[in-house]
Amino acid sequence: MSDYILEMKHITKEFSGVKALDDVNLQVKKGEIHALCGENGAGKSTLMNVLSGVYPYGTYEGDVEYNGEVCRFHNLRDSEHKGIVIIHQELALSPLLSIAENVFLGNEQLSMKGVIDWTKTRQRAQEMLAKVGLEHENVNAPVNSLGVGKQQLIEIAKAMAKKVELLILDEPTAALNDEESKKLLDIMLELKRQGITCIIISHKLNEISYVADAVTVIRDGKTIETLIKGVDDFSEDRVIKAMVGRELTNRYPVREGVTIGDTIFEVKNWNVFHPDDPNRQVLKDINIEVKAGEVVGLAGLMGAGRTEFAMSVFGHSYGQKISGTVKINGEEVNIHTVKDAINNKLAYVTEDRKTNGLNLIGDIKENMTIAARPKFFSKRGVINGNDEILAAEEYRKRINVKANSINQVVGSLSGGNQQKVVLAKWMLTQPDVLILDEPTRGIDVGAKYEIYCVINELARAGKAVIVISSEMPEIIGTCDRIYVINEGEIAGELSSAEVSQEKIMQCVMAHNRKDDGNGKEES
Amino acid sequence: MEKKRVNLDMKQYGMFIALIVIYLIFAALTGGKNLTPMNINNLVMQNGYVVILAIGMLLCVLTGNVDLGVGSVVALCGASAGIVMMDYKMNMWVAIIAALAIGLLVGMFAGFFIAYLSIPPFVVTLATMLMGRGLTYTLLQAQTKGPLPANYNFIGAGFLPTYKIFFGDGILDLVSIFVAIIASVALVWAELKSIKTKKKYNFALAPTWQTVLKLGIELFIIWFFFYKLARYNGLPFVLLIMVILIGIYAFVTTKTVAGRQIYALGGNRKAANLSGIDTNKVFFWVYTNMGVLSAIAGIVLSARNGSSTPKAGDGFEMDAIASCYIGGAAVAGGSGTILGAVIGAFVMGILNNGMSLFGWSTDIQKIVKGAVLLGAVTVDVLSKRKKN
Repeated sequence: MSDYILEMKHITKEFSGVKALDDVNLQVKKGEIHALCGENGAGKSTLMNVLSGVYPYGTYEGDVEYNGEVCRFHNLRDSEHKGIVIIHQELALSPLLSIAENVFLGNEQLSMKGVIDWTKTRQRAQEMLAKVGLEHENVNAPVNSLGVGKQQLIEIAKAMAKKVELLILDEPTAALNDEESKKLLDIMLELKRQGITCIIISHKLNEISYVADAVTVIRDGKTIETLIKGVDDFSEDRVIKAMVGRELTNRYPVREGVTIGDTIFEVKNWNVFHPDDPNRQVLKDINIEVKAGEVVGLAGLMGAGRTEFAMSVFGHSYGQKISGTVKINGEEVNIHTVKDAINNKLAYVTEDRKTNGLNLIGDIKENMTIAARPKFFSKRGVINGNDEILAAEEYRKRINVKANSINQVVGSLSGGNQQKVVLAKWMLTQPDVLILDEPTRGIDVGAKYEIYCVINELARAGKAVIVISSEMPEIIGTCDRIYVINEGEIAGELSSAEVSQEKIMQCVMAHNRKDDGNGKEES
Repeated sequence: MEKKRVNLDMKQYGMFIALIVIYLIFAALTGGKNLTPMNINNLVMQNGYVVILAIGMLLCVLTGNVDLGVGSVVALCGASAGIVMMDYKMNMWVAIIAALAIGLLVGMFAGFFIAYLSIPPFVVTLATMLMGRGLTYTLLQAQTKGPLPANYNFIGAGFLPTYKIFFGDGILDLVSIFVAIIASVALVWAELKSIKTKKKYNFALAPTWQTVLKLGIELFIIWFFFYKLARYNGLPFVLLIMVILIGIYAFVTTKTVAGRQIYALGGNRKAANLSGIDTNKVFFWVYTNMGVLSAIAGIVLSARNGSSTPKAGDGFEMDAIASCYIGGAAVAGGSGTILGAVIGAFVMGILNNGMSLFGWSTDIQKIVKGAVLLGAVTVDVLSKRKKN
């Protein structure tokens, strides 16, 4: 009767007395794409875990009605049985198994009880891949031979194989570049045409306005409002206002009181070859310079070579046959190890904080001081513990890491606070040049703002800051100058006055054409 | 000024309390046989080498790995010392240096493969385990070599100088009592200093009654222990070696850059690399260090036995690994303490000792030890899960 496929009514969920969800209501119409927005820790994932049975029936209050009947899921399997599939941000694929095996993982195609029918598995896998636009992939190839974007699509194919009716995507594009994201969103629209209902959790509001028919905003465990496309104001500013509960007049704080000084960081004729393949050149003749107090962006598509550039400069942490010169504060420096880099006042705030940035079982203090320790917090190899505590405490307050104390284990912090710890770790090495690689990936709007403030503070202190980001508005909003990198080369340089998303893409496209042109001439 | 209070972390003391409980259980079961001065002395002498190995093993465990080769290296180093003294008729110092050098070489050998060729430690040390044992049998021609000179045996079986007086129904060594006094004063002084520092920096303090209770228990154990030793034959030389090693390694792991780098490596190797830590170097030195400590254990063991036997140290690697895990070290690496490993080693030791006194066979002992290991780690894992 009702056209709602899902109604979650008055959901309240407590964790040892703390209400993570407080009387939350969510109504999703059949066949629509419904976005769920909210800052980190607002309760989006908790709500989805209630829906999918991760928190079993009885541990929460309220009703989950699916297709008009009240559901009592006791685990994931129960909800999957009903056609509800959730795809988490961390992919649940087994990297060394083949695509076909992954698509039917836990849902194997059997010829008789317990025996896998491989022909059927491969055939059906091919069908599923066609539905997500991957018909050209070899189903026998191991999943780890694909990029993250395609792996995400494999997850969707896996859901399709389970006869999904309601697909929940938790930050599906967090690890994807703009092009891959676009492809995934288009697949979502295609699924919608096939009658599949989607719930998407995302921080990227431009994506939401692109695909979603309705947005429900959650803040501090409560439903704030649901906006419907074509009925309500659906603009990004409107959604942000609902998320943070105030008008965020400027997503990027204004940088004031900065005096731009001399060039203090210079990389010339930087060439790097692939670590596994000495014949494959990853970076070609890169030239970059940054002045004191300047914030410079490296824009480009994923795989363009930005992270590779940063890592190869940062103590040859990537690549082989590296050539070129690096000048810091006007002097040419030889940086062959990370230690050399730290000693020469170069810092690299790594992307992917969980795998490259943090010791998740260590505490905040330990993580903050690890890189600066040999130089600033020890004497002949013996640590000065009290100095460390004071420094960690100072930075915790200074960049507002929300934690009980500096002894809290980093793994228990939210993404935004983890990112702040990584930032503090590198600020503590007292660098003159900082490279920030994806400094705000997967963190909420409020925490992003705080990180931008730290970037401004660094600029004011006369540091040279390089920001690598896949979110173009962020690069445009934070940087004084932008280098566009494409296929391992500088495709262009834009000042903040002339830059726009279109300009950046034009740079990339023009560079691609030039490349093709060169190719023809050679052949 | 705002006063901050924080309760003592009970988990930190959990294994320590378990140690005392196990000891008391066996005291009850054996009718107090394990409380005699001689037995306390035996506990120290019998467990010396396991404690030494557990210290080195903890570093390997912190990296998320183990060293399976230590038992064989213990035998190999003991055998080398024996051969130098018995076959080449050289003095004990040459023998000690030879044993240490061989331990160092084996450690560097394993460290090289692990750190610079990226061969999994499990495989490398499985190889050193087999090779070491085979080499020992070859060198000793499968024979036991002994008796070793008395001055060498002093390392494993000797006592520090004593000054004995008649006391009650026996004797009392005043040197032990004197050391106990120094230890007590040092302990109280360290606690006061730590409180002072915390006040100075306005850090959270534990409630006074908890601190007093903790100090009281620690002092009681010190006095119980040293009094019993004083009533027997004074302080064993092995105890001195142990205390020095525990002191050095506790300091290295908590207070030095090198020590913390091991924790960082165990917690996240990639992040450690990108924080300026040469993780290959860390691996190399951790396994080299294990080789040297195995050599020390080999010297102590052969000195206590007064002979070098090809079967020496059989299964020691398992005792050392178990000690670390019982002492709360994480199997995945990155967490664990030297003191924990030492306590773990004593838990194993007290179990062995108590069960032997009680008359259980070594077969039964193995079952109990296995169960205790499984139980301890299970409790540890479950309590961590509850926290999250």
